[in-house]
Amino acid sequence: MAARPESARPDGGGLLGWIDQRFPLSQLWKSQVSEYYAPKNFNFWYYFGVLSLVVLVNQLVTGIFLTMNYKPSAAEAFSSIEYIMRDVEWGWLIRYMHSTGASAFFIVIYLHMFRALLYGSARKPRELLWIFGCLIFLLLMAEAFMGYVLPWGNMSYWGAQVIVSLFGSLPWIGSGLVEWIRGDYYIADATLNRFFALHVAALPLALVFLVIAHLMALHEVGSNNPDGIDIHDHVDEKGHPLDGIPFHPYYTVKDMVGIAGFLLLFSAVIFFAPTFGGLFLESPNFEPANALQTPPEISPVWYFTPFYAMLRAVPSFAGTQVWGVMVMGGAVLILFFLPWLDRSPVRSIRYRGPIYKIMLGIFVVSFVVLAVCGLKPPAGIYPILGRVCTIAYFSFFLLMPWYTKYERVKPVPERVTGHA
Amino acid sequence: MDEVDHGRRRLLTAATAGMGALGVAFVATPFIESWLPSARAKALGAPVQVDASKLEAGQMVKVVWRGQPVYVIHRVKTTVDELGGHDDRLADPKSENSTQPEYIKASGAVRARNPEYWIGLAVCTHLGCSPLGAFEPNNALQVAGTDLGANWPGGFYCPCHGSKYDISGRVFKNMPAPKNLTVPPYSIADNLHVVIGVDDAPKTSS
Repeated sequence: MAARPESARPDGGGLLGWIDQRFPLSQLWKSQVSEYYAPKNFNFWYYFGVLSLVVLVNQLVTGIFLTMNYKPSAAEAFSSIEYIMRDVEWGWLIRYMHSTGASAFFIVIYLHMFRALLYGSARKPRELLWIFGCLIFLLLMAEAFMGYVLPWGNMSYWGAQVIVSLFGSLPWIGSGLVEWIRGDYYIADATLNRFFALHVAALPLALVFLVIAHLMALHEVGSNNPDGIDIHDHVDEKGHPLDGIPFHPYYTVKDMVGIAGFLLLFSAVIFFAPTFGGLFLESPNFEPANALQTPPEISPVWYFTPFYAMLRAVPSFAGTQVWGVMVMGGAVLILFFLPWLDRSPVRSIRYRGPIYKIMLGIFVVSFVVLAVCGLKPPAGIYPILGRVCTIAYFSFFLLMPWYTKYERVKPVPERVTGHA
Repeated sequence: MDEVDHGRRRLLTAATAGMGALGVAFVATPFIESWLPSARAKALGAPVQVDASKLEAGQMVKVVWRGQPVYVIHRVKTTVDELGGHDDRLADPKSENSTQPEYIKASGAVRARNPEYWIGLAVCTHLGCSPLGAFEPNNALQVAGTDLGANWPGGFYCPCHGSKYDISGRVFKNMPAPKNLTVPPYSIADNLHVVIGVDDAPKTSS
C-alpha cells in the first residue's frame, strides 16, 4: 500500500475515524471481509479452510498454556506431562485439546486438499496459493513430528529415532547430518531440547506467516468454486461479480455453523475418546522413553502412516535404503507440481470425464489403504498391498498429464449452478 | 558530472551485496555449529567395560555405549559351528558393505574376536530400531507375533520393519535393512573382559 496524503485519507469522526487516519482498518475490513466477494455456490467442502484456521488457533492457545508446565529435558519431560495430566488444574483438558487438535488438523487439512483435487482449485491462477498450502502441509508434518517427540514416551523416542535416521540414508553427508540433527550420538536431551525450540517458536512462527501468505494469495486471485469457473467474468455495474456474495455476513455466518458442528465432534473426542483407540495417542507412549527397548511394533500416528507405508514398501537396493526415503519424500513433493500436471481444459470434477473420477477414486482408496498398511506390522498381505497402493498413488500424479489432456469433458456453464 | 554511471552503480551494489552475503555466512556458522554434539556429549561417548565371563551359553546382556544399545552375547558352540551354512541366504555374507573394524571383517562368518562371544550394535541398519534376539533355531520361537520359519538358524528379528539377521548380525536377503548390524570397535581379553569403544584394551594392572 502506497502512502496517501492526509487529504486522501478518510476523515470520519470518533475513534474509528481517528484510527483510520493512522491505520487502514476500515479499508482492510472492507477489502478483505465485508466487500470481499466469494462465489455464492460454496458447498460442504468449503468448510475445511476455515476449520484449519480454527484448529491452528486451538493449537497456538493450548500450546502456549502447555509450555507453562512442560519441561523440555530428557529427565523431566515425561513426568511433566504426567504432572499436567494429573495435578495441573484443567491440565488434562488443555493437553487433550492439543493432542486431539493435532489429529483434527490433519483431518481438516486432508479434506481441504481433497477439495482442491475435486474442483481444480490448484489450477492457474492459483498455483502459488496451492504451493503456499503445500508448504504449510510440509511444515505441519515437521511440527507434528516434533510435537510427538516432546512427551518423551517410548514411542516418541523410537519414532524420533526412525525419522531422524531417514536422513542418515542420504549418501556421503548422511551420518554427519544425523549427528548434527541429534546434537549427540543418539536421540538425547539435546535433541529433545532443540525439537522443543523448533516446535514452540520457529515452526509456529513460520506457519503463521505462511497462512497469512496463503490468505493473501487467495484474496488476490479470488476463491475457486465447485463449478471451477471464474465468477469475475460476469459483474454488475459496480464491478461486483454477479455470482459472488460478500464474505461477511454471508460466509461468516455459514462458517459459524460449520465451526459449531466441528466443535461438537471435536469436544466429543476430547471428552470420550481422547486417545481414539490408540490412533491419536499410542499406548507405548504412556511408558517413558527407553533407549534399550524398542516398542514391539513401531507405527507413527495415523496421519503419517500413508507415507510411512510407502517408505516400507520399497526394499533396499545397492546397499542403501535411500530409495524408500526418496519415494516417501517424493510422495509429498509431487503435490507441489499438481497445477502443472493437470492438463484438463476444465477445473471442476463436475465437468470432467469418467477417467479423472476413476483415477481420483483409486487415489483416495490407495491413500486410505496405505494408511492402514502403515498401522499394521510389516507381515502377511500388507507389504504387497503397500507396494500396489504406492504405485497407484504415484500413477494418479504421474499419468495425470495424459489422462486429463485426452479425456472428453462436458461443456462448462457460463454462470455458477445450483443457486437458489 | 550529473549523469549517473549505471555500470559503476551496479558494480558497487553487487560488491556490497556480495560482502553482505559473506557476512551472513559468517554469522550463520556459529548458529549451525551450535547444533553439533557439545563438549559434554563428546565426553560422555567414552568406552564402556563389560565382564562377559558371567554370561552362560545362550545368554545376552545389553549395555549402553554412546547412548546406543550394544549386545554382548555368549553364543552356543553348535550355533557358531553352523554359521557358514546359510551364506547363500544372506545379503552380505562377507560383510563387505557393512560397518565394522577390519579385524571383524577378517574373522569371516563369526564376525567376532572370540567366536563364542558376539558383540554388536543393537541398532537395525534400516532405521535404527533395536532388533530382538531370537537365538533359538528353527520354528521354536515366535517373536512379536511373527513366525520366523522352519529353517531359521537363530539370530535377530527387527520388530519395526521385519528385517532378519543371523546370530552374527548378518542380514538376510530381501530385507528392508541394507547392511549387517554394525560392530563397534572393541577388545576382549583372555579373561573375557570386554571394552567397547577401543580396538586395544588399555593396559591395566589387574
